[in-house]
Amino acid sequence: MLAMNFRGAFKVRADYDMPYPEIEHPGDAIVRVLRSCICGSDLHLYHGLVPDTRVGMTFGHEFVGEIVDIGSDVKNVKTGDKVIVPFNISCGKCVFCKQELYGNCHEANPQATAVGGIFGYSHTAGGYNGGQAEYVRVPYADVGPTVIPEWMDLDDAVLLTDIVPTGYQAAEMGGIQKGDTVVVFGAGPIGIMAAKCAWLFGAGRVIVIDELEYRLEFVKKYAQCEVYNFKSLEDPVVFIKKTTDSLGADVCIDAVGAEAAGDAMNTLLGRKLLLQGGSTTALHWAINSVKKGGIVSIVGIYGPTACLVPMGNVVNKGITIRANQAAVKRLLPRLIEHVKNGVIDPKQLITHRIPLEEVAEGYHIFSTKLDNCIKPVLIPPTANS
Amino acid sequence: MESDENKSKDFKNIRGGDHSHIKGWGIDADSKNDPTYPIKKRTDEEHEGYEWERPTQQKVDVEILKSIERPNITAVFGTSVPPSGLSGAIRRKAFEKGEGSYGRWLPLILADRIGVYEGIIDDLKKGIMPNTFAERGWGAEWKYNRKNFLIKTAVGALVVAGSVAILISSNREKSYSK
Repeated sequence: MLAMNFRGAFKVRADYDMPYPEIEHPGDAIVRVLRSCICGSDLHLYHGLVPDTRVGMTFGHEFVGEIVDIGSDVKNVKTGDKVIVPFNISCGKCVFCKQELYGNCHEANPQATAVGGIFGYSHTAGGYNGGQAEYVRVPYADVGPTVIPEWMDLDDAVLLTDIVPTGYQAAEMGGIQKGDTVVVFGAGPIGIMAAKCAWLFGAGRVIVIDELEYRLEFVKKYAQCEVYNFKSLEDPVVFIKKTTDSLGADVCIDAVGAEAAGDAMNTLLGRKLLLQGGSTTALHWAINSVKKGGIVSIVGIYGPTACLVPMGNVVNKGITIRANQAAVKRLLPRLIEHVKNGVIDPKQLITHRIPLEEVAEGYHIFSTKLDNCIKPVLIPPTANS
Repeated sequence: MESDENKSKDFKNIRGGDHSHIKGWGIDADSKNDPTYPIKKRTDEEHEGYEWERPTQQKVDVEILKSIERPNITAVFGTSVPPSGLSGAIRRKAFEKGEGSYGRWLPLILADRIGVYEGIIDDLKKGIMPNTFAERGWGAEWKYNRKNFLIKTAVGALVVAGSVAILISSNREKSYSK
């Protein structure tokens, strides 16, 4: 079958000879992929930043599709169902799943305890092939996959696998109270969605910081927020302090993660030498910009090695840090409702629809931000069959 | 090959039960003091330990490298690219270390880099000639960023040509000096 095949940092190819997935467990389903996104966190893999990313693997943790085969234990979905597949693989039985920590399942990733199982996200996240393919194996099909409502557009559905829940949970973890000032670092798809969702929790002011003008323009309109380009700011933290009467923001959200720009030392240590789990520039800014007693919400992805952050300031300011992978399954019912009611319109973020055969160009476009790319969606040839 | 030992005796958590002998035990407990709300629907079942009814175990028919921080192989796992070759040997060694150790992660990054060359050898064995231009998606540069792409290509070509010219010139000088 046709699938994306990782060949090393900055190199992928559309490979027509990848093996078809098989039922390997009675709880598995095989899904014919209808839409599959390239995520900003896929770029960490693509750039060679995530340890144990093996050549020959297929990426892709944001996908929707039609179930074409199920294992003997699967009862909640059937062949022919079109489903939203959460990016995290969860068993539904372990104590973490039972507590709705679906991104922290203890029965989906033998390679690491600190990371749950994620489709197409290296062996550090379980070694599963992902959905940038014509077909994909979906474990625990009774737990994660959710049938797509008849009225829902596939382009909306595919963004409910990760982008929308992660942005929503970023705002939720911020514990936003009515009137709060919320600063979102990063105007990628997650940051855009976090800014949008901050209003749903009653924010009084939402500010987004990034360096790409076209993305700032987009989020300004999409999320009706203030935007600032940190390239034009001498010191983003001082700027935030000045614009919040010296107190700092109530809530800061790191929606950037490992590949943050803006600080030479962090870029050198985190992105070039790989001596820390990514560049922590956005996290520095978030910690230093939030008020005393404020909350920093982290959804940006970092590698497993240690990261340099100003812990002294965290302690001295009494900051609460909240972070997690989004529990997609927990959030889906509410988010489907928001899409139905027009509160959130996810598909507006999609700027590029690319045939799976051109996956290498898709990665390059997204990685280098060509053609004002915000969110690329891959469409396999079998999606139309 | 790693087998699923279900739960080794090395893993246990004995919390004890009756703490009434400790003066004041629990008198300031406040169930509302829960910063995990609403992310975690707290049940505290983990106090029981690793005791839940596990899902059916996936058959372990490929080599799976298991974190030493857990007692068993998870009920399901990915089988995409089992460890092999030199990179596989390095990965096996790396997995002898805990998840907090640089001794685990830095060798894995090294193994990833070696894996790239092993991948090229595998391609050649299958008669596939790696196409760097296509795999790097440079066709998109031609489509969306042609002017800069041409400038970068021209500069690259000039640098290569200049380097070759310097090398040739240097070799000639050496041969004259003999």
